[in-house]
Amino acid sequence: MESRTIRFVRRGELVSLSNVPPDRTLLEVLREDLACTGTKEGCGEGDCGACTVVLGEAREGGLQYRAINSCIRLAHSIDGMALWTVEDLAGADGGLHPAQEAMVQCHGSQCGFCTPGFVMSLFGMYQNHVARGEPVTRELAQEELSGNLCRCTGYRPILDAAQQMEQLPRSSVDEAAVLQQLDALAQQRAQASALGPYLAPRSLPDLLALRAAHPEAQVVAGCTDVGLWVTKMHKQFGRVLDVTRVAELRRVERHEDRVAIGAAVTLTEAFEALVQDRPQLKTFANRFAGLPVRNSGTLGGNVANGSPIGDSMPLLIALGAQLVLASARGERELPLEQFYTGYRKNVLAPDEVVAWIRVPRPVPGEFLRAYKISKRFDDDISAVCLAVNLRLEDGVVAHVAIGAGGVAATPVRALQAEAALRGRPWTQDATRAAAAALRSEFQPISDMRASAAYRSEVLGNLMQRFWLESQGQQHINLESFRIEEALAP
Amino acid sequence: MNAPEKYLATSTPQPATGASHPHESARAQVAGAATYIDDIPEVKGTLHAAPILSDVAHGVLRGIDASAALAMEGVRGVVLAADIPGDPILATFVHDEPIFARDRVEFLGQVVGLVVAETVMQARRAARLVKLDIEALPAVVDVREAVKLQSFVLPPVTVRRGDPERGIAQAPHRITGSLDVGGQEHFYLEGQVAYALPLEQDQWWIYSSTQHPGEVQHWVAHALGLANHDVKVECRRMGGGFGGKETQAGHVAVWATLAARKFRRPVKLRLDRDDDFMVTGKRHPFAYDWEAGFDDSGRITGLKLMLAANCGFSADLSGPVADRAVFHVDNAYFLGDVEIVSYRCKTNVQSHTAFRGFGGPQGMIATEALLGDIARHLGKDPLDVRKANLYGLEERNVTHYEMAVEDNILDPLIARLEQDAHYRQRREEIARWNAASPVIQRGIALTPVKFGISFTATFFNQAGALVHVYTDGSVQVNHGGTEMGQGLHTKILQVVADELGVPFHKVRISATDTSKVPNASATAASSGTDLNGRAAQFAARQVRQRLAEYVAEKQNCRPEQVIFAHGQVSGPDAVMTWEQLVDDAWHSRVQLWSDGFYRTPKIHYDKHTLTGRPFYYFAYGAACTEVAIDTLTGENRVLKVDILHDVGTSINPAIDIGQIEGGFIQGMGWLTTEQLVWNDKGSLSTHAPSTYKIPATGDVPEHFRIALWPEPNPEDNVGGSKAVGEPPFMLAISVWEALRDAAAAARGDAQVRMDAPATAENVLKALRG
Repeated sequence: MESRTIRFVRRGELVSLSNVPPDRTLLEVLREDLACTGTKEGCGEGDCGACTVVLGEAREGGLQYRAINSCIRLAHSIDGMALWTVEDLAGADGGLHPAQEAMVQCHGSQCGFCTPGFVMSLFGMYQNHVARGEPVTRELAQEELSGNLCRCTGYRPILDAAQQMEQLPRSSVDEAAVLQQLDALAQQRAQASALGPYLAPRSLPDLLALRAAHPEAQVVAGCTDVGLWVTKMHKQFGRVLDVTRVAELRRVERHEDRVAIGAAVTLTEAFEALVQDRPQLKTFANRFAGLPVRNSGTLGGNVANGSPIGDSMPLLIALGAQLVLASARGERELPLEQFYTGYRKNVLAPDEVVAWIRVPRPVPGEFLRAYKISKRFDDDISAVCLAVNLRLEDGVVAHVAIGAGGVAATPVRALQAEAALRGRPWTQDATRAAAAALRSEFQPISDMRASAAYRSEVLGNLMQRFWLESQGQQHINLESFRIEEALAP
Repeated sequence: MNAPEKYLATSTPQPATGASHPHESARAQVAGAATYIDDIPEVKGTLHAAPILSDVAHGVLRGIDASAALAMEGVRGVVLAADIPGDPILATFVHDEPIFARDRVEFLGQVVGLVVAETVMQARRAARLVKLDIEALPAVVDVREAVKLQSFVLPPVTVRRGDPERGIAQAPHRITGSLDVGGQEHFYLEGQVAYALPLEQDQWWIYSSTQHPGEVQHWVAHALGLANHDVKVECRRMGGGFGGKETQAGHVAVWATLAARKFRRPVKLRLDRDDDFMVTGKRHPFAYDWEAGFDDSGRITGLKLMLAANCGFSADLSGPVADRAVFHVDNAYFLGDVEIVSYRCKTNVQSHTAFRGFGGPQGMIATEALLGDIARHLGKDPLDVRKANLYGLEERNVTHYEMAVEDNILDPLIARLEQDAHYRQRREEIARWNAASPVIQRGIALTPVKFGISFTATFFNQAGALVHVYTDGSVQVNHGGTEMGQGLHTKILQVVADELGVPFHKVRISATDTSKVPNASATAASSGTDLNGRAAQFAARQVRQRLAEYVAEKQNCRPEQVIFAHGQVSGPDAVMTWEQLVDDAWHSRVQLWSDGFYRTPKIHYDKHTLTGRPFYYFAYGAACTEVAIDTLTGENRVLKVDILHDVGTSINPAIDIGQIEGGFIQGMGWLTTEQLVWNDKGSLSTHAPSTYKIPATGDVPEHFRIALWPEPNPEDNVGGSKAVGEPPFMLAISVWEALRDAAAAARGDAQVRMDAPATAENVLKALRG
């Protein structure tokens, strides 16, 4: 089958690649086909960031910059975008970009192997913050570099470099020129997306028609997990159906009673939408993988993939999220927790896709927290995840929804713990009952992340944390712990 | 920003040493232009290899069925033990490790052979299709079980001084304790890789990401049945090593070369990250049991300590690693009456190997744990108990291996850090805060490091270098050390630039290459700059001496009167540029290049009794770390770190601080988030960064301050400097001791058994246990 040509903009020029297999990664194309070896492979699974590149996309009239992991990104998915790699930043005269110069000045490279990835994350940060006149705080630098691992420096000089960038002479991208090129690409592209082994439809009707026509195609929605099936499990796909270019599914719609998040909205944007309504989720959002994964991965992908340790689902369950499943036959809506039927199994029909995630807006009196326990604070997978959403009326639990991850074969709703609370006065005793119910209703497994006993104990203890937080107890969660604040009188 | 202004990169001052030059490759690294092995343009016809791994931890290998793999597109064939022309056993010191598993497999992940194909992915896919017929045998994974079974790769070693039994029996206080400390994956960002190219007349050019090109050369020659001179090994840089590419790179290079020999084609072998985890050795996990007696001040009067090192299936470097653990049980403390029993256990896991500290961290942590326990037993501040046990200057100054500690700065160094970090005030404040805090408990610890510098095997402490001055005055230096990010090449350029009185940019380094400087030792044991820096300095000095003599003859003065500085050469009569002099000298047939050779003085030791002076000097440091733990979940965070470290006179402060910070954070990872888990089948289930968590940006405390001790190395060492690669790693023991301090506060109880790493689960267990 003739493969569609991939076209993208790099160094101000149009790059055109033919006959690229649908499951070939962007990193393979860069290093093996284009002989651009500046971008490195550290892990091949999106966890170390050595392969970070920046994608530019025309969004709402402007150019949106996103640092992503090229090792698990399918090459075809960047069709119609602009690409920057570490080789593309220095000027023609060899003058370094501020992201690079700051790294040199601050001694941010030792062995240098992670450096190209850090430089590209810094470049993304530069375009998204420094170029817009926003300062880079240490906190921001830590957040945006959490998907890049360095084994040599201990990070301090790299964090310094992030803050040093704005002190250096400005460097700018000719965005108008890039946008013009992207526009030209989009014109050429309009018709061709429904052909070949890599299908990337631009509209929902096209997507649903293709889904029905090619039930065997591997659906991808950001590929941050499926990418590992390629690199680690060595799977090969004859046909790939990429939902991330479907215009309708890339929208976040804010209604009075709900936010509807399209299945192809990136995790970065989806969490922005959730945090806008519920600022207390900011840290939880930042702890979801690293930025390059959140920039590629989608909320719909996380939900549809249905990993028992996916972190968005316990939260969405607690929020009372509804899923909209769509096919050419029509749409249906169901609560998220009813979507899963077993380990990585769900109710999707062969011609169906997850289209929307509908999240209720907060109501007055809502008390919501989401907790994640992992070995490392950032960019790790939960041993246990617990999200609790509670509303009291006259001191009595009027509404409660509890989502849990890492404790069963699927993300689950803690129905027994909810029952232990619903209609009861919100007290320490009620908390104990809910904690006991949580411990008894799930039988977690022991694995490399934690033992079953630990998971069980902590599930209940997190309910205790929730109780303390509901009572206004400060400084009881290390996630937000600052010594200076804790010591303030 | 945290960086002191003075450590920001500077231009090119003279003298070059003492300045914070950026890493010599920094500008190339940030532009993606620094070449690693997998970036070298491939020679036409290059094939790719992937390893076939045992899927059983221990068993009889009855057959290998590669038919499915051979039928795959692009596959050229397999390489098995039968394809080895030379000795099928690797040329390791103990000679106990087969190149490819033959009749038995001894760990899950052991390499049985290779699949060779046209592309990397073709080879990797096919390698999984090779079927191994293995009859499983009982496997030993746990080190304590290995001790029980007397399963050893090398015989146990006992070091004893005085009468520890009496010291314990007569002491007013006694405690016993046990501890298990996990291993650590190196997680060099660049995985293991080698690229083998056939040359004419059965000679070989091997690009290897290795800390020890000379050993790779020797191993490859041995496996191929060739002489060393038939093999040239080259390494421009590694993307991280940390000890993990000291011996482990050799396997990969041997495998690649065997494939290249069989198929008469260049072959590249780059391990996938998960395979790298499964195949290569890691830091040795250790288990400890101790019994100690001590007086009212907490001073140890007798200690009996058992250390069991989990060595994996073969000896590799386990002997010297376990020796170094024995040598560092004392850390900064005088152990008068002591018995240390060291077991080198054989288990059915990867063969554990060198890793920054090389057993030193595993030796020190036991005594630091003991001192923390003693302090809590007596209700004393652990820092006071540590101080009570420090080595003295005139007495109590001889180690348990009979080496006098002559350069002891522990007392003033600790005192200064204690003051600068406000240790006492903070301890009081933390105690008050903890008393009022329902869930979070904080802890603090100040721990010292004394680390012996030199390879314990005395003969390794030698190095060579070449300095070439070209007719245009540009200089090239080559030496036997390798660059893994530690800044060795940068420091050597600084040393050579100053020796010749030329600006830094006049000097270039070239790739480490066994055909330039032969028989070089591994770049390991923190010794890279000490050994190779001196060798390069001597080489440059000889060139300078010849030039000085040439000028002296012309200007009728003594050579010592000729000054080389700032790119100029001045005698009593005339000043000329360096370039002018070089051009003149060349026309007058003066030799403009030289070798240099260095061997460390004073050192000796008896490997049977483990006594002598194994170390030229000690490097010192101390860290004060504050942490917090969550008593509901065991989660923990490092809040503040203050470090005072001794690098002598720094050749490059920015690089030294980089080593201190990087070493500390790596040590913190070892003791907190980095957990290796083998399941009951002996399979390593944490084999990728998704499951094995090294520290990330968010784990670094904002308050992370490093100060350098202001005195030069009292021993005659290059530039008055001290080695810095490994010692700071062990400063991170302060993190773990602070966590135990916090746990003790939470428990309100003296006994805290907290196995390392202190994951949330292990901390919660320490609170409940």
